Amino acid sequence: MNATVESKSVSFDVRTHRFNYASFFFTGLTGAATYLIVAILVIILGNIAIKGWSHFNWHFLTGGTEKMFDVDTAGILPMIVGTTIRVILMTMFVVPTGVITAVYLTEYAHNTSIFTRIIRGAVNNLAGVPSIVFGLFGLGFFIEFIGKDMDAILHAGGTAPVWGKPAMIWASLTLAVMTLPVVIVATEESLRAIPQGLREASLALGATKLETILKIVVPQALPGILTGAILAIGRAAGEVAPILFTGAAYYMADMPHSVTDQFMDLAYHVFILSTQSPNVEQTRPILYATVLALLMLTFTLNIVAIFIRSRMRAKMHALQ
Amino acid sequence: MINMTADMTITSVKKQETTPDLHSPPLIEVDNLDLYYGKTQALKNISLKLKERVVTAFIGPSGCGKSTLLRCFNRMNDLIDNVHITGMIKIGGQDINDDIDVIELRKHVGMVFQRSNPFPKSIYENIAYGLRLQGKSNRSELDGIVEHSLRGAALWEEVKDRLHTSALGLSGGQQQRLCIARAIAIRPTIILMDEPASALDPLATAKIEELILELKKEFTIVIVTHNMQQAARISDDTAFFYLGELIEFNTTTKIFTNPKEKRTEDYVTGRFG
Repeated sequence: MNATVESKSVSFDVRTHRFNYASFFFTGLTGAATYLIVAILVIILGNIAIKGWSHFNWHFLTGGTEKMFDVDTAGILPMIVGTTIRVILMTMFVVPTGVITAVYLTEYAHNTSIFTRIIRGAVNNLAGVPSIVFGLFGLGFFIEFIGKDMDAILHAGGTAPVWGKPAMIWASLTLAVMTLPVVIVATEESLRAIPQGLREASLALGATKLETILKIVVPQALPGILTGAILAIGRAAGEVAPILFTGAAYYMADMPHSVTDQFMDLAYHVFILSTQSPNVEQTRPILYATVLALLMLTFTLNIVAIFIRSRMRAKMHALQ
Repeated sequence: MINMTADMTITSVKKQETTPDLHSPPLIEVDNLDLYYGKTQALKNISLKLKERVVTAFIGPSGCGKSTLLRCFNRMNDLIDNVHITGMIKIGGQDINDDIDVIELRKHVGMVFQRSNPFPKSIYENIAYGLRLQGKSNRSELDGIVEHSLRGAALWEEVKDRLHTSALGLSGGQQQRLCIARAIAIRPTIILMDEPASALDPLATAKIEELILELKKEFTIVIVTHNMQQAARISDDTAFFYLGELIEFNTTTKIFTNPKEKRTEDYVTGRFG
């Protein structure tokens, strides 16, 4: 009795379901695209991990480069040291410069002024310049122009150039110029996210603009600034083109002793191993292990930065 | 440099020594003030005089310019581009649109905003912020002022056991009282309040109103409010603004019971706005 009444009152049948082919197709397509990306990543990382692992040992990581193409004795410590230092130096250059630029753009500059628009345009265009062009710029500007002039002033009469040659400092500065937009954009975004009310509160208490920026605005933006640094490190660690002419050495018998020395670099070494080896087949295990080391180094640098950022966030929220 | 400290001390000392002095100059004097945002005129020929240690309420519909006028008193409008001011505002006899030290002005003219805006620091550090800016770092001195300010803002009993926890953990009403405590910590002469209770529930609002009546004993308060009952409850004088003009300025009692202007009457009786 009840059932009949209900079936009369409900005029449509919810169980009937027409298969929607278009929906099925596009859901499948987006899903496939997603899985494809994951698959590519897994294949690349898996391939490197499996083939590199066999040669990835303590001796390899801490060994020198007396015979860089010898499978049994080749080590990569100088490259690990070189890459680590150039990334750290770059971070030291790019973070302050980028943060100061971003602070100027968000806190001081008038958004509509032509000057600000030119800076913004320059930052955006800088991000689109091919990295090899940065390498050539570094060679022309840092080494030939600044370095040579420094030699002329500081070491007048000296025979061998001290600054006017490829060096760790110039490679790091070139990378810093390349990654500058990343830091600027990340910092600017985090500065913009800070409520205007906090700035007003600080100013209303008799703080100067500079005090407000240093005590309220920048501390709040620190996690965002670190995000910029993480992205910059990620981009710079694996780059070869900008350091080719500005500091990376094909081979060095010794570790670099000062920022004016050249250095061996992991990413550049990968290129050398895959193109300059007298026997590519034989040296392949070193190549894979070197790539694995490069990946691990990049991850490690990133993880350190992420760790610092989460510590900072925790500190900011721990009070709550 | 502006020599306001000296002026104001003199005024307040005078006040304490003598009975309320009708001849003492008004604390805030506004004369023929026009304010433009670009080409739009936001304030039209405003003239009014605000007395010391009274609560003056600015009422009027949204966009009538009451907040803009309030923000003239501590030069907060400086933050906005394209603001152009003509006319005069004197505080304690000083023309504040003159070439004065804005930082010094803001130490004397504190402000509480519509949305409570505590710094993401501890309760203690929020109060100490303005003091540290002035170079005060003596721990026991800071402790004393922090406690005194929190007591002054009727917040001490609620937070005394968690001074070093984040200010963001407080409720909305507590946050707003913290902002008041932060403002009074630097001992201003005037406190500007821009709809301080508009985001709060009735209970928290009642506490803020109670507090304002208490603060009146020490400070001159100018409050912008949308809530006419609030203006009637807490203010001594009321100014009614409409479309950038000061329509009527009188004692609160007169504004609410016997307004001279038709528009004031319409507004306070809720016929428009």
